[in-house]
Amino acid sequence: MKAIGVILVGFLGGLLIYCSMDFPPWGDPHSPASSHVSPYYIEHTLEDTSVPNIVTSVLADYRGYDTMFETVVIFTAGIACIFLLRVFKAVEPETRLYRHLPTGITLRIAQGGKFPDDSDQFKRIDSDWVPHDIILQTTCRMIIPFIQIFALYVIAHGHHSPGGGFQGGVIFGASIILFAIAFDLRSAIKRMGERLTAFLCALGVLIYAGVGLVCMLYGNNFLDYSALADILGVDRISARSHGILMVEIGVGLAVMAVMVVLYYNLASAGKHDEGL
Amino acid sequence: MIWQLDLIILMIVIVLGIGALTVKDLLSAAVLFGAYSFMMCLLWAIMGAVDVAFTEASVGAGVSTVLFVAAVFRTSRRTKD
Amino acid sequence: MDELLTILISRINYWVYIILMMVGMYGIIIKKNLMKKIIGMSILQTSVILFYVSIGAKKNATIPIIEHGHDTGHAAVQATHYINPLPHVLMLTAIVVAVATLGVALALAIKIYKQYNTLEEDELIEILKEKEF
Repeated sequence: MKAIGVILVGFLGGLLIYCSMDFPPWGDPHSPASSHVSPYYIEHTLEDTSVPNIVTSVLADYRGYDTMFETVVIFTAGIACIFLLRVFKAVEPETRLYRHLPTGITLRIAQGGKFPDDSDQFKRIDSDWVPHDIILQTTCRMIIPFIQIFALYVIAHGHHSPGGGFQGGVIFGASIILFAIAFDLRSAIKRMGERLTAFLCALGVLIYAGVGLVCMLYGNNFLDYSALADILGVDRISARSHGILMVEIGVGLAVMAVMVVLYYNLASAGKHDEGL
Repeated sequence: MIWQLDLIILMIVIVLGIGALTVKDLLSAAVLFGAYSFMMCLLWAIMGAVDVAFTEASVGAGVSTVLFVAAVFRTSRRTKD
Repeated sequence: MDELLTILISRINYWVYIILMMVGMYGIIIKKNLMKKIIGMSILQTSVILFYVSIGAKKNATIPIIEHGHDTGHAAVQATHYINPLPHVLMLTAIVVAVATLGVALALAIKIYKQYNTLEEDELIEILKEKEF
């Protein structure tokens, strides 16, 4: 089995290396890939959409359909992860660990014992990691707001610099994941619950498709943002720029929520009680 | 494109990719894969694909490593090959 | 000598992508552990993405963000001055979709581990055979 695999891989690699002789030379400006449609994008993006970052304008305007259905794929992956892993029937763990906050004593409550309420006195802690991590929690509490502001900046400034909905959404999701790792999964879920994340997943896709539908109601093609000029009160070129921003916000919401959903379900194996 | 830098990073990428596949501990494999993703991000930045590099830095080196570590934490670290 | 070097440099990139692709494929075919297979799949994905992005590279061109000022207006934009943005767009979305599908793959692996208590392919096949008979 192993020999067959090695031979197969070696043969395929040799074949591909042989074929690589026919590729255009490295960095050729007149290669087939960069001589048909992409010069149009490069030369017309500023006069069509007034967005200097060509990647953003192609992503959300010229090829908006593509990005919309990529967002739908991400949404579907998040839903699939929930369906695969989520355990809705709450299985009570045999033992739980609690920390008595005023004294710092860790209590282990065996099966059948009475669990204390989550009050100011007692705090439930993960059974895999008992020690205090004050440095980690304080640092995270300080940097998470800045990470989130940076994520919003990345979404909003995607027109002029690298960035956009996908990157900003992932960074925002990563800040929530960081919170869930530094504190615990339960306090993260308390702040950003399961219903909210599932709602945001759907809302992101809905914003994207809704902007397209509004364009259609005004008599233009689906996702032709110049129709938004009347609503926004700007000229048709700026309307395309603003339409791109709206769509990016939808993408950002969907991606952020899906990243959080994936982490919640993978880290707790669907039980949503104890995470990393 | 600076070809010396490109060549060095290509070498590192291959070493990290092979390392992630051969190491006997799945947690180490996850961390090596994160390093691989980050080197890939540098490669894209060298090529001038700044948006792709940004995406890979946040997605590949950030979130996917966390997802791998979470999955290894919920399954086992042991592997036979 | 200099020409030979440029030819070598122009080809060695493609060769490295092919080697990476083969490393990923080796991982998918031969490694028995499901997590290793997923890592191999991701390596294969990134090598394909790398190849697509390298197609768009242009010599003496800058990143695909048009230089502009607030009041100077803009001169005519030459397509050869900017790197081809189209592969970047297609691959940018591919990376984010890759991490979403990676999440689904890891969810499946966790589900399999819960059910059969192993991630090794040969042990899984044995358990499944025993169940059948």
